[in-house]
Amino acid sequence: MIAVIDYKAGNLTSVVKALHYLDAREVVVTQSPEAVRGADKIVLPGVGHFQATQLLADLGLTDAVRNSIAKGAWFLGICVGLQWLFEGSTEAPGTPGLGAFAGMCEHFPPLYMDAELKSPHVGWNSLEQIRPDSRLLRGVANGSFVYFTHSWRAPVVHATAAVTYYGGAFTAAVERENVMGVQFHPEKSADVGLRVFRNFVEL
Amino acid sequence: MLTKRIIACLDVRGGRVVKGVQFVDIIDAGDPAELAHRHAAEGADEVVLLDITATHEGRGTLLETVRRAAAKLFVPFTVGGGVRTADDAAAVFDAGADKVSINSAAIARPQLISEIGSSFGAQAVIVAIDARRGARPPEDAEVYVSGGRKPTGLRVVEWAREAESRGAGEILLTSMDSDGMRDGFDCELTAAVSELVQIPVIASGGAGSAAHFVDVFGRGKADAALAASIFHFGVTSSRELKAQLAQAGVSVRLPC
Repeated sequence: MIAVIDYKAGNLTSVVKALHYLDAREVVVTQSPEAVRGADKIVLPGVGHFQATQLLADLGLTDAVRNSIAKGAWFLGICVGLQWLFEGSTEAPGTPGLGAFAGMCEHFPPLYMDAELKSPHVGWNSLEQIRPDSRLLRGVANGSFVYFTHSWRAPVVHATAAVTYYGGAFTAAVERENVMGVQFHPEKSADVGLRVFRNFVEL
Repeated sequence: MLTKRIIACLDVRGGRVVKGVQFVDIIDAGDPAELAHRHAAEGADEVVLLDITATHEGRGTLLETVRRAAAKLFVPFTVGGGVRTADDAAAVFDAGADKVSINSAAIARPQLISEIGSSFGAQAVIVAIDARRGARPPEDAEVYVSGGRKPTGLRVVEWAREAESRGAGEILLTSMDSDGMRDGFDCELTAAVSELVQIPVIASGGAGSAAHFVDVFGRGKADAALAASIFHFGVTSSRELKAQLAQAGVSVRLPC
């Protein structure tokens, strides 16, 4: 069963639609810690404010996710869902993340190399330095384009599986064993995005 | 590197795609769902569906058309026309849209921008601005509403800045002077707005050749550009257009 966590951070329709399109079995949209504990795969989508992830702690979902991951469930965070895997975000300093990866998410700098940098970072940008051992990005070539829309970004860490350049490098995908995240939107990234979802569904 | 986006636009009336010249003279161009898929398959970076008569005739958005078009569409999908309340927007998102484009309703009640943004995120709200300036400088361009029928007395630059401050995620700027003329975008106006705001500006109105896109991404400082008539009648596909842009040194998503 794939549990898609609904924590009222935007629109889940596209993510669920993509999973159904790939014939994923038993996709359940849920807010229940029990459902998360019973899932062998967990997807945490999310667009919007990092503050919204506070609801995960309030509903007992943070602990449920932590337990499931420890028992080997596959986890995929998307956009804010990736950021939540880190220690937190300067967007909502009082709301801790899961802390699976070290570091804080920060806003894009207003200036980069003396030039003004627009934010949010919206549009198609490329995946670079894809780790050859990444299971999530299996079959995805360096330079493949995916769709982003965000103003905060996660730092590059040891578990980074691909970077993207916008005002310097940031983590576009992260992966350590069964814990995975993507800053881009696979549900909006045409064939490349569907490939990423398929890799996850077939794990 | 972040690429410049080519956005295919479907102007829909009565469930069919149409394309007018300067907002009138409507020509039938096909089924919205079919055209949305074709555009995505042919390399469009996004698809926008605008129900161009919804505001004028007071009809709701064509949710069924949206649902059909969204079913197998895996690029960003924007819907505009007839979105007047946060509930209207919620219904459009539920039908499969990723973003809504609001125009007249945002002018009438600017807090609509933040109402939708607070539930669905700023990235889901595009404020569409229909601009007319004639021979005046870009700073004096005026905002029109109701499908380009009513002048508002608002200056485009002021409204763009207010829309951003109220939490718009992007601005879709249509030059009514250029729309449908295939004579090129209004680069001066686009640059004036793009330099004023931090959020992405989508240029619209006037696309007729690849050179026009090169111009609006360069001189016009646009982040994305919208085209309708250039695609519908087989002038070119997004893929062909992007190949020409790449040759001219514009960064685009290729292969696609």
